[in-house]
Amino acid sequence: MARVVVDVMLKPEILDPQGQAVANALPRLGVTDVSSVRIGRRIEIDFAGEPDLDRAREIADKLLANPVIEDFEIRVEDAAAEVA
Amino acid sequence: MRIGVVTFPGSLDDGDAARAARLAGAEAVRLWHGDPDLHGVDAVVLPGGFSYGDYLRCGAIARFAPVMESIIDAARGGLPVLGICNGFQVLCEAHLLPGALTRNQHLHFRNRDQWLKVEATNTAWTNRFTPGQEILIPVKNGEGCFVADQKTLDSLEGEGRVIARYVRGNPNGSQRDIAGITNEAGNVVGIMPHPEHAVEALTGPSLDGLGFFTSVLRALAGATADGQLAGGQQR
Repeated sequence: MARVVVDVMLKPEILDPQGQAVANALPRLGVTDVSSVRIGRRIEIDFAGEPDLDRAREIADKLLANPVIEDFEIRVEDAAAEVA
Repeated sequence: MRIGVVTFPGSLDDGDAARAARLAGAEAVRLWHGDPDLHGVDAVVLPGGFSYGDYLRCGAIARFAPVMESIIDAARGGLPVLGICNGFQVLCEAHLLPGALTRNQHLHFRNRDQWLKVEATNTAWTNRFTPGQEILIPVKNGEGCFVADQKTLDSLEGEGRVIARYVRGNPNGSQRDIAGITNEAGNVVGIMPHPEHAVEALTGPSLDGLGFFTSVLRALAGATADGQLAGGQQR
């Protein structure tokens, strides 16, 4: 599988109210030792041929992430790890 | 004067925006997201709604619609463009305006009549107001929290590019209470609340919204008279 994974996260300085809401709910599960939760987005791109990191980076930069508020990381998914 | 109003899949307020343009005395021209032809309009409104279902990020996909390629080019050439709510989000995604609109800080959708204080009145869309004037227009958004880095916020304020701020309560946590901004040239304006919903006594809390639409008509009349945009010259 020619899969590239893009992880998009809000920049550290951007407030994440969704993450805060989740963090605030954790004590109801009895979890009291979590200091912060931040929520991002994982995007899987399947190329028809070989995984193309450069094109994936371009897609991420132009569309998948907004560089004003978000950072992203891309990687080729490890097929062996997927099977395991 | 012909004011174009774009309809994206998921636009909601295109009809009201066209109506507001007509009430201000303009001819409203409906523009379709898939058609790059601007049909000779003198100004463009990007309306509120949920273009492309707000998928990915609000405005992120609309920004690549065929009509947007033409609008981005024309805006850089001075075409007056007003983005309302989702339209403001589209303008930020298109990098015609700085910053971004993010989830309301309290996570609730806010729908209420909102007081604003108008600041910059030297733009194509605000020249009918007076600096410091307080106006009442509806706000309705879930992702209206304006954010930008401190340097951008400082330069927006330093260059007088904040066109309106929330007063008597910030509905979404926007930094420095910013409700609307303009680009350097003053032809592109984005505003989160909805001036097109405040143009008739029957349905709106005021008629204050009409000023945005009559402003662009004045700017365009000035442009015809002296060959360039009145916006940016009236300070």
